[in-house]
Amino acid sequence: MGENFPLWPTAASAGAQNVDALFIYLIAVTGGVTLLVFLLIFIFAMKYRHTKAKAVQIEGSVPLEITWSLIPLGIFMTFFVWGAAIYFAQATPPKDAMEIFVVGKQWMWKMQHSDGVREINQLHVPTDRDIRLTMISQDVIHSFFLPAFRIKQDVLPGRYTTTWFRANRPGRYHIFCAEYCGTAHSGMIGEVVVMEPAAYEAWLQGGRGEGSMASVGQKMFQELGCSTCHRFDAQGRGPNLQGVYGRQQLLDDGRSVLADDNYIRESIVNPGAKVVAGFKPIMPTFQGIVSEEQVLALISYVKSLSTPAQTEPASNRPAVPPQAGATKVQ
Amino acid sequence: MASAVHNVVETKNYLNSDFGIKSWLLTTDHKRIGLLYLVSITTMFFVGGFFAMLIRLELLTPAGDLLQSDTYNKMFTMHGIVMVFLFLIPSIPAVLGNFLVPMMIGAKDLAFPKINLLSWYLYMIGALLVIYSIVTGSADTGWTFYTPFSTQYSNSAVITAALGVFVSGFSSILTGLNFVVTMHRMRAPGMTWSRMPLFCWSNYATALIQLLGTPVIAITIMLVALERLFNIGIFNPQLGGDPLLFQHLFWFYSHPAVYIMILPSMGVISEVVTCFSRKRIFGYSFVALASIAIAVLGFLVWAHHMFVAGMSVYASLIFSFLTFLVGVPSAIKTFNWTATMYKGSVYLHTPMLYAMGFIGLFAIGGVTGLFLATLGIDVHVHDTYFVVAHFHYIMVGGAVLGYMAGIHFWWPKITGKMYPETWGRIAAGTIFLGFNLTFFPQFIVGYVGMPRRYHSYVPEFQILNVFSTAGASILAVGYILPLIYLFWSLRYGNDAGPNPYNATGLEWTTASPPPKENFHETPVVTWEAYDYEHMPPIPEEEPVVHR
Repeated sequence: MGENFPLWPTAASAGAQNVDALFIYLIAVTGGVTLLVFLLIFIFAMKYRHTKAKAVQIEGSVPLEITWSLIPLGIFMTFFVWGAAIYFAQATPPKDAMEIFVVGKQWMWKMQHSDGVREINQLHVPTDRDIRLTMISQDVIHSFFLPAFRIKQDVLPGRYTTTWFRANRPGRYHIFCAEYCGTAHSGMIGEVVVMEPAAYEAWLQGGRGEGSMASVGQKMFQELGCSTCHRFDAQGRGPNLQGVYGRQQLLDDGRSVLADDNYIRESIVNPGAKVVAGFKPIMPTFQGIVSEEQVLALISYVKSLSTPAQTEPASNRPAVPPQAGATKVQ
Repeated sequence: MASAVHNVVETKNYLNSDFGIKSWLLTTDHKRIGLLYLVSITTMFFVGGFFAMLIRLELLTPAGDLLQSDTYNKMFTMHGIVMVFLFLIPSIPAVLGNFLVPMMIGAKDLAFPKINLLSWYLYMIGALLVIYSIVTGSADTGWTFYTPFSTQYSNSAVITAALGVFVSGFSSILTGLNFVVTMHRMRAPGMTWSRMPLFCWSNYATALIQLLGTPVIAITIMLVALERLFNIGIFNPQLGGDPLLFQHLFWFYSHPAVYIMILPSMGVISEVVTCFSRKRIFGYSFVALASIAIAVLGFLVWAHHMFVAGMSVYASLIFSFLTFLVGVPSAIKTFNWTATMYKGSVYLHTPMLYAMGFIGLFAIGGVTGLFLATLGIDVHVHDTYFVVAHFHYIMVGGAVLGYMAGIHFWWPKITGKMYPETWGRIAAGTIFLGFNLTFFPQFIVGYVGMPRRYHSYVPEFQILNVFSTAGASILAVGYILPLIYLFWSLRYGNDAGPNPYNATGLEWTTASPPPKENFHETPVVTWEAYDYEHMPPIPEEEPVVHR
């Protein structure tokens, strides 16, 4: 028993404990009703056995029908409200959460911390910190499942999905892929390593490599020639990206859109989809040129242009523009 | 109404009126077509069961050691496709419904006998395509065919398998069409809607779903084929498509399809519980209208399969709410069946044992469905073994037990022979035990976190999986027993007589097996359904063998 034969999953976050509480409530209520049905069937089968009883014809009873429709409905509504409350809390990550990017591909998980540390099938996080996961798939649909935190979110190709958790117990917990994704689906597993904040800092120092994701993104912004058009003044052929992230953008067709991760990603891989008002749809697509990890780095950079502690504007040194005609679409 | 029994000795019946293979393959008799379906779907059931057994054997140990992962993935895919599309969906409507609906309403046949035969041929073409796909490498997409895996990434026989599903879907549509028209146009004089047996009501509700829902899965499969064969971007984002669009379309049919599978079983239970409690059904109109409510509401809950798919949270909220609503009519039915036993005169014959098993297991399957409708819980248990356990409680504990109840209940009518009662009870008990041992541990292992469709798993899940596999072996024995003794009874069973249980219902007023035209003269109905007040009790002894 115990460790080798768990009948209940470890709960490593306050959120998990909330889900457990609701689960226990449901077991108690529905288990009670189910037991009652079992018991009644058993009792009726014994008490009214044909050897002892002659049938008494009963038409039915409208008040009884209404009672056993409305009472269940009322109970269901308590499930609904409590369940929805947990779900909404899960769907809205706290604003100042620490951001981790997850890229799923057949059949591995690639994690990137915003300060540049990369991991495969492992994710180190500190306790008592809100962790927000921004996830995307490079191929088919996957699903990032952390049983110890009772959270799961499908990871889609083509757009970001998010989820979050706040671990309160150090330990190693499973990561499973929960959406069937082909041959090695059951091998697409890993672990979250939850550490005390101090231990986490120490671990972080050991792994820091090529600089933060924003700085990697800044380098790419130059190398890919983005900076040629997206200048930090009003003269560029593309919009100035300073202060854009997190704001509403007016589009050339009169609509407006929130400049979030998904919008910026779309503008990189499918620039013609939503063009900012006042600009021409001249930007070439970067689909097939930049990987999902590189897109994430670019987004981190664009995001850094909107935070108060902003880095110095990129210099205006010329860069080779991407060859639009050679764009490969896969 | 006992006077309505007018046939005592029949020499000519639907089985011996014509002979030869042509008389079966070209028959338009709804009873013979029912038997054609019975043979076909029983075969498919054991094919699907064989795959299930391989899955359970693989999962006996955590390591993926019995099958290769690709083989395992194909096994669970084909298990799902065969069981859902080739067994469960046609099971009761196409076998028992075909046989009984015309007789229950006092008609000579379905409205369109030739279309009925066409349905069977379409079913067979679909089944053969699926079998061909198995032989040529199988699909490995899961029965859900999720995109873009199925359209762009899988290297397996996706198109052949999907084509099989596509074709068999038309069989389902035509059966539904036939039932709707038959029940509207061909009821005998006096057989008003409110006198119709509940088995007919639930098949009517099923037929509505078949007619309105199945075309959507046909369209969806066409779109999958377009993207897979011609790279037309519909679902794959790299081609400009949207993978969630597929899920919406797929579940728009496949959730109502769950009700195609369970509603007919509910109809069987209403017939069986009344007969073996010697009582009219408690709350006839509530049970009848609950079927219709389930059919209608069933169309409005599909996206509860997508709470973690990346859909809008507000959409989740609405679909969660509607899912709780569809739970109410199911609860009404459960309470009414239980209340029907109250102050009855209960006989524990095999069909009744299955029916009591159905009520209990359907209750468990139903309430665990409430867990999945609860948003905060679904996030954790979605795509785990909790879901696998839940839908097997509905599909096996519910649909299959209902089917078994019906097959035993009407076996005397279909064949003219009694099945051996003792063996029937033993098999029913075996199935109940084996089923619970197989699937109950899966609720636990699912909540602990084991994802479904895993070829290998982490060691701490093993003990519960061992229970499951042990249960599956018992379940297999429970399924093989009826196969043996029902065959045995064809030759050695006691003659049933027209009405061995003294049941109400027009089908019991004619001979067993029934004559080709069902009734020698069109019956006139002057009594309510389940008029057990005026029926004698069930005879103590089985009728004596006359051979």
